[in-house]
Amino acid sequence: MAATDAPEARSPDEGTRPAPQADAARGALALSGDWTSEFGDTLERAARSLTEGATGGEAGAKGPVVLDLSGIGRLDTAGAVAIERARRAITARGAEPRIEGASRPHARLLDEVSQAGLELPEHTRTSPFVDFLVDVGRVMVDAGRDLVSGIVFLGEVVAALGRVAMRPWRFRGTSLVNQIDQIALRGLPIILLISFVVGAIIAQQGIFQLLQFGAATFAVDLIGILVLRELGVLLSAIMVAGRSGSAFTAEIGAMKMREEIDALRVMGLDPIEVLVVPRILGLVISLPLLAFCASMSAILGGGLVAWAYGGVSPDVFVARLREAIDLSTFMVGMIKAPFMAVMIGVIACIEGLAVKGSAESLGQHVTASVVKAIFMVIVLDGVFAMFFAALDF
Amino acid sequence: MDEPRRIDEAAEPPPGRDAIIRVRGLEVGFGEKTIFKNLDLDVYRGEILGFVGGSGTGKSVLTRAILGLLPTRAGTIEVFGKDRATITARERRDIETRWGVLFQNGALFSGLTVKENVQMPMREHRHLSQAMMDDLAMLKIEMVGLRPDAADKYPSELSGGMIKRAALARALALDPDIVFLDEPTSGLDPIGAADFDDLIATLRDTLGLTVYMVTHDLDSLFSVCDRIAALAEQRVIAEGPIETMLASDHPWLRSYFHGKRARAVANESA
Repeated sequence: MAATDAPEARSPDEGTRPAPQADAARGALALSGDWTSEFGDTLERAARSLTEGATGGEAGAKGPVVLDLSGIGRLDTAGAVAIERARRAITARGAEPRIEGASRPHARLLDEVSQAGLELPEHTRTSPFVDFLVDVGRVMVDAGRDLVSGIVFLGEVVAALGRVAMRPWRFRGTSLVNQIDQIALRGLPIILLISFVVGAIIAQQGIFQLLQFGAATFAVDLIGILVLRELGVLLSAIMVAGRSGSAFTAEIGAMKMREEIDALRVMGLDPIEVLVVPRILGLVISLPLLAFCASMSAILGGGLVAWAYGGVSPDVFVARLREAIDLSTFMVGMIKAPFMAVMIGVIACIEGLAVKGSAESLGQHVTASVVKAIFMVIVLDGVFAMFFAALDF
Repeated sequence: MDEPRRIDEAAEPPPGRDAIIRVRGLEVGFGEKTIFKNLDLDVYRGEILGFVGGSGTGKSVLTRAILGLLPTRAGTIEVFGKDRATITARERRDIETRWGVLFQNGALFSGLTVKENVQMPMREHRHLSQAMMDDLAMLKIEMVGLRPDAADKYPSELSGGMIKRAALARALALDPDIVFLDEPTSGLDPIGAADFDDLIATLRDTLGLTVYMVTHDLDSLFSVCDRIAALAEQRVIAEGPIETMLASDHPWLRSYFHGKRARAVANESA
């Protein structure tokens, strides 16, 4: 191979290219073929046989060894690294390798590689048991921190609300209307649909079970109380946490990633006031409305099934319903809605603002937002159940 | 680099030089808008081609069209002698392992460390042992001038200049024949930009790279580019070494290469 600067042309069909080889001949190790990364394992085997040939052969592991590169076709960095590793291994075993016959571009590449450290930064090894304990500890500390940061954030939101109340002209009405449109109006069809289906299922099961006691009409009590106290608001809150909570986290998180939040801050705008307050207020207004619609839809679904499946005619259904429920049943459900809305909004916004620079981080926080919000909505529902039971409401 | 340009070797192309990329009669447009019409361009093996054009004339669009990220309306794009429109899936995959791309903002995978980013193409297209890939990744990271401890960092922990270098390391992962650089020195300070220019020239010499560089950086155009192609009026209006650009009468080229900033750079490098 003549000393030339022109890199040789590559032919893309791998099969016809000579594989890298190392052969012992006339006191020297002759390298031939293409030493390129396409050959993968073969390349690494050739490099190992180079080391073996130089140190394990007839001459033992002493004295100079010549690596003759004049027969090499193409050489890329993977090939150069393989040769360099072999050279270092041979040196480590006590022989003195010398590279000969390399063309100018090959020599330059080998030179570049031989100057590189090729060392990975040190990793400290730890035992899995200690790692486990560290993880458990970290989860506990994080949970505590979440609680504190949630309360701090809630305080900031209340403070921002106070500022807005002092200067109402700074309130972002358009943004609020947009949020209500997104949360309530666009979320309404799916929430109506699932509530209708759930109401129908409860009616069917209730009638089916109560029929054994000849008390099918009591299924109306079951539907009315269950839907108005618990299911309407719970279904809406879970749906909103999945639909709008995830959207909040993703929107705010993407803005955080692209430094838009910092841009707001340096322009003298408070991100809480601009981004968080309209969203949380939008939720607080929308969720009770959605919960009401969901309850009505569920009762309608239950009523239709009671009529078609249980033979309870609409006028009997309504009369029975009026006896079974009173205003407090309805209020228990509706009172919970704004609290759940604040919970969902605060969790979604905290997670959004916690997003770091990567797309992976955004995904993790959106997931965390939805999971935490749904979990907390259910916990809150349980707390309210105990509270109302204690009040006998 | 003690010798800033290699005029003797690369500036005067011998006739019939090996063109890695050959674009003929290309037309690209979006909806009603036509970006190029009848555009011709050659990129020769072993050269550093600087590609200039005003903002919004479609420099990135052309790069994306050559890379196959955009549909074309007419014309042919030959890469390594093969027409993009007629190649098989296998040939296309082969081509895609033979070029490296440095996107304007790096486009590093944010969920992977720098080292994993560099190893990603190796892992997908080559059968190498983990130890070999580690060595190779560290070599590329060192070659582009990053410190070894950057290898285990995530892209969000890197500065703008480091992201460019890390992205270049990934572009070089499979020892490509050609690298596409989209504004590689934008956002770097002058020292960092000059270092990057030197780095590209050094890599061209050690690895036998061909470099296609979209740039606005007059320093890069004067110091490392063997040839320059200028995009205006929906086509390549001029190509050739910097002298050709300076001698051109085209009004846009005159204002580009004879503006106040260009004169300062030209005087410096003269």
